Amino acid sequence: MNFILSNSANEPIYLQIVKQVKEQIIKGELSEGEALPSIRNLAKELKISVITAKRAYDELEKEGFIITIGGKGSFVAPINKEMLRENRIKRIEEKLSEALAEAKLIGLTLEELQEMMKLLDEE
Amino acid sequence: MDKIVEITGLSKHYKGFSLKNISFSLERGYIMGFIGPNGAGKSTTIKLMMNLVKKDGGQIKLFGLDHEKDEIAVKERIGFVYDENCFYDELTVEEMKNFIRPFYRRWDEAAFKRYVREFGLPLNKQIKRLSKGMKMKFALAAALSHHAELLIMDEPTSGLDPLVRNELLDILRTLMEDGNTSVFFSTHITSDLDKIADYITLIHEGEILLSTTKEELLEEYCIVKGGKNLDLSACRELFIGLEESRYGIAGLARNKGDVIKRLGGSAVIERPTLEDILLFFTSRSDSHVSSH
Repeated sequence: MNFILSNSANEPIYLQIVKQVKEQIIKGELSEGEALPSIRNLAKELKISVITAKRAYDELEKEGFIITIGGKGSFVAPINKEMLRENRIKRIEEKLSEALAEAKLIGLTLEELQEMMKLLDEE
Repeated sequence: MDKIVEITGLSKHYKGFSLKNISFSLERGYIMGFIGPNGAGKSTTIKLMMNLVKKDGGQIKLFGLDHEKDEIAVKERIGFVYDENCFYDELTVEEMKNFIRPFYRRWDEAAFKRYVREFGLPLNKQIKRLSKGMKMKFALAAALSHHAELLIMDEPTSGLDPLVRNELLDILRTLMEDGNTSVFFSTHITSDLDKIADYITLIHEGEILLSTTKEELLEEYCIVKGGKNLDLSACRELFIGLEESRYGIAGLARNKGDVIKRLGGSAVIERPTLEDILLFFTSRSDSHVSSH
């Protein structure tokens, strides 16, 4: 597992952990059934408070990414990667259609929008 | 819940200063930062917990036991680290250890030796020749060697350089791993607590202003910055403190979600640090919203 936590980011530390674990699960860097460090070990290693680590695990569990077995620890939950990917694609589509609607409001053409995307990608 | 510290309605009156009816609690396995400006009542509270001074009212329960009635049983389980030297200056580290050892039934000599090695403590040096950091480490080694379940630390980092402070925090982090030990840590150097503390209790002029998890604190409150013309009328009651300068305003407000909704994009809204919270809550200047 890899974590890069930022203190200056406006995002709470626990959410940064949640996002990064999710990303690693989706990318397959963490595989199903893999054991995660204990909450207290994670807190120590990441130099964060126990409550912050606990909150991250609670959130991951709520969203179905990990399961915690009392006395044994937390593990990566079996997930349907295809479905996850499709969900993500759906979310991207939603965001894009939002952007498209905004663009139409001020008369931006599709070409201009594509150009904008290209520029953003290069950044 | 396994409450290690439970203080209810505690009061103590001195001439010119009173601890007014304070209450808070701490569970096993967590770190509580006890913050407040100098003279707020931090040391008084700790002295009361250690039964070094007598309370005037209220109750202090440690490990579920009364701190006066069961004083000896309670103290066996406490490790006390004080910012001033509480050892005999003329003794060497080894002599001092031999002096305190018989007071604890659960003294673990092997653990002491391990900490001596880990902390690099010079056994044959007189206490008075130790640096401030070394004295703190010795106090910590002594506390950990009798397997204290509660570490009470009164300003343990004051006067220490960043390197030693960081070492102390690392030791505490390792200690927290097994979930058995609680730490009650008073300090006015809040940056020590920004990362490590689970709970924050803020005391000011003898009263507890807040006692909650650090997570909630940093999410509930926010720093608001804006130009001088920023219209706060929609949310003035949410501000704890406000500072106005020639070029703009900055303040601490509660209920971050509401603030964002009401001020929208007209202000910069940031996560506060514990220092921001401490300063705005206890600022004695006339910058308080209430005095406007």
